[in-house]
Amino acid sequence: MGFFRGMLNLDRRIIFILIAGAVVVPLFIPFHLKMHPTPASQGLYNAVEKLPEGSTVIISGEYDPGTAPEIQPMMIGALKHCFRKGIKVILMGLWPQGPALEGQALQEVFKEKEFKEMNLQYGKDYVNLGYKAGGAVVIQSMGTSIPATFPTDMAGTPIEKLPLMKGIRNFNDITFVLDFSAGDPGTPAWVMFAHDRFHVPMAAGCTAVSAPMLYPYLQTKQLSGLLGGLKGAADYEWLTKSSGTGIRYMPSQSIAHLVIVIFIIIGNIAFFVVRKGEKR
Amino acid sequence: MRREIPLFITAITGVVFIIAYFIPHPPFNQIQDLFQTWFQIIAAFAIILGVLNLMVVNGDKVYRRSKGWGYSVIIILSFLVMAGIGTFKLGSKASPLEEGTPFMYLFYNVYYPLTSTVFALLAFFVASASFRAFRARNKEAALLLTAAFFVMLGRVPIGDYLTSWIPLKWLHLSTIANWIMAYPNMAAQRAIMIGIALGIISTSLRLILGIERSYLGGD
Amino acid sequence: MSEKLRRKGRGCRKGGLIPLAAFIFFLFLWDGAWAEDLDTLPPSPPREVTAFDTPNDAGGSITLTWRKSTDDGTGAGDVTAYIILRAERKEGPYKEITKLPAGAVRYEDTTTKDGVDYFYKVSVSDGVNISESPPSQAVHSKAQWFNFKRLNMLLAGFILSLGIVYFISRARAGKELYIRKIAGLDAVNEAVGRATEMGRKVFFIPGILDLDDVQTIAGLSILGQVAKLTAEYGTKLEVPVCRSVVMVTARETVKEAYLDSGHPDAYNDEIVHYLTDDQFGYAAGVDGLMLREKPAAIFYQGAFYAESLILAETGFSVGAIQIAGTAMPSQLPFFITACDYTLIGEELFAASAYLSREPRALGSIKGQDLGKAIILFILGLGVVLETLGITGFSQLFTTQ
Repeated sequence: MGFFRGMLNLDRRIIFILIAGAVVVPLFIPFHLKMHPTPASQGLYNAVEKLPEGSTVIISGEYDPGTAPEIQPMMIGALKHCFRKGIKVILMGLWPQGPALEGQALQEVFKEKEFKEMNLQYGKDYVNLGYKAGGAVVIQSMGTSIPATFPTDMAGTPIEKLPLMKGIRNFNDITFVLDFSAGDPGTPAWVMFAHDRFHVPMAAGCTAVSAPMLYPYLQTKQLSGLLGGLKGAADYEWLTKSSGTGIRYMPSQSIAHLVIVIFIIIGNIAFFVVRKGEKR
Repeated sequence: MRREIPLFITAITGVVFIIAYFIPHPPFNQIQDLFQTWFQIIAAFAIILGVLNLMVVNGDKVYRRSKGWGYSVIIILSFLVMAGIGTFKLGSKASPLEEGTPFMYLFYNVYYPLTSTVFALLAFFVASASFRAFRARNKEAALLLTAAFFVMLGRVPIGDYLTSWIPLKWLHLSTIANWIMAYPNMAAQRAIMIGIALGIISTSLRLILGIERSYLGGD
Repeated sequence: MSEKLRRKGRGCRKGGLIPLAAFIFFLFLWDGAWAEDLDTLPPSPPREVTAFDTPNDAGGSITLTWRKSTDDGTGAGDVTAYIILRAERKEGPYKEITKLPAGAVRYEDTTTKDGVDYFYKVSVSDGVNISESPPSQAVHSKAQWFNFKRLNMLLAGFILSLGIVYFISRARAGKELYIRKIAGLDAVNEAVGRATEMGRKVFFIPGILDLDDVQTIAGLSILGQVAKLTAEYGTKLEVPVCRSVVMVTARETVKEAYLDSGHPDAYNDEIVHYLTDDQFGYAAGVDGLMLREKPAAIFYQGAFYAESLILAETGFSVGAIQIAGTAMPSQLPFFITACDYTLIGEELFAASAYLSREPRALGSIKGQDLGKAIILFILGLGVVLETLGITGFSQLFTTQ
């Protein structure tokens, strides 16, 4: 009984140590788990896969370094997928740190031989328009005029000097929107304005925490697909046959989940044993 | 008067915004943009107040050597270094936001790992909180616990490894987890959202009508 | 068979055997590209090109609709794009404004100047040949005075407001209104009392969003009530905030509350202080304050994101009684798990009325319940009708 009482009031530092072990140890043992992509992840993949070559896609980043471990692999996956399919990419962000992290994602992509050899050019195959304050108002304003909303790119180059941006006036000239967001302003604003008001098809990626909140948009088809957390990123990497931190970190996440579930089971056994003892 | 003027401004602005939602004709369609810009300008100037307050509170702590004054020294120094490098464009030609500048070096090597560390605390806290809270104390708690069990295992590949031998696919953990997310979760989310939307409408009406004034300190 | 296909077919028959052999020979010799060049017959043009001022908008937009070329998907099936051309005079010159993929039947030109007459042509291309539709009639864009797509919202808002105003007037007339008990709000007194007994501080965290979010205002309303209690009990209050505008407003709220409860001397500006706008920097700062100050009661009232559990678990570890309230659905599970009481969604908005017991505010909550009853009825009816295959009803509730 004493043992079970002790389990009920277990020092949380013991839980912390075991979770740390569950996360860290698998990082040093390289093994890959087979993914079974969720229908939501499959939806995003299918939507991008169907886009014709030469389409123009907006990829918006609303995340910061804190949430980058979850979102960055999605961003990298999306860039790779688009580049492989010959899709032109317009990067932007409604969070100040978003475009800088998008720049870092680009660097990661170009480290790989496959993409280095594509010889993609800034301004022609992809651009980064940078950050614009205002959240939903920015999206509304892009519906009227993208060049008026973003007169220059992130580095200050006038937008008319970028060949990719020639002929891009508003959402009518955008084939698809991918939004990777960790909070507000984020996906709900894009759904409300880019999809509902300006009728651009879109899909999103978000932190695992906010995924349940975005599920209603999937059922109503306002989102073609949704990547939820690191598992969503891993699904996307699996579907696009790329390697990345999503799949690499999946063993850590799997074992950490397993440890939490084991703790919950132990906690419940202890709870019932102690309660039975008290009833007697 | 101190209370009446803000209430009057709130009422007028609220009514104008409601009207503007239904009238696409100028100038009503530009009102939201205009107010958003005003808000951003006010917020930008208010940052000065925030920063001043931060410096005064922490400077005072250092001066008085009050409990935890060492942390205040770190706050003041960090602020001065980051703001100084950014404002005076130290080590950068055009913009401190370009790659390779000292500002971006600090962003990637100090700010980035610090922020990620704080966010990563969630992994530990989720474990300790769920260990404490997920106890089958009654029927509802048992239901919550079962759902948590399925979703936690079903959302990671290990769940599929545990159940992939079962010939019936709907008994696989990932299938059950997907079902829980797509139906019971979504229904509950919608119900909460409808409640919240009504709450927002009601609160906004109270603000516009001047009934809600506790945020101004009164009843 | 489309006109183009018929014309192509005739071309082959007239030529006889020799040209056919020559044709096949060239096909082999010059690859597919040469074959494409042989397609000298243009696709049939789009029909019934109609241009009209886009309804329910702020002007600056004209919508075009047309019927597809008979060679788009059917007939020769070789249409590759539709090209939209625009001119300010019927005779031209027409300038290309955009290119749309095959299958398109609608385009919204959002680059028009209000009051200027425009003429449109839609041309269709098969990659080699182009054929144009006749010009549309003259059309100009203008801003509308009412968005009819939002009529349903106006009606719904009107009915809901009527219900709220009705219950407010009933409350004013002295009618007793029943509001169910909200355990989290009943515990506010207990939490502040406990802090008083223990001689420790009360922390109030008004969320991480700015004052343009209703949740922050709802949080500040609760702060007003909590500050009154701390002023009355002589308990220390600390409000670390992450937005400067919220800092300024929260100071006013607390100052007025101290003044109202007759303890203006107990107020000082340091009660409300700014930490940082950064989400996790703020979480780390508040966690540090909690660990050092060990408050006996912590209130989390407002909009929260991922920092919710980081704050609430630290608060739990210092043994504080915690009352949370947020309308962020994704953060509710964390608060419910780690806090003693949680106000779920709309309870946050009802809190101020509940605590102040002000009849008019309580009346508005009652009106809100009426709105919920109406929505439930409509949802039920919608489910039944949709299940029976009657879809028109749900269309009444779509918004733009």
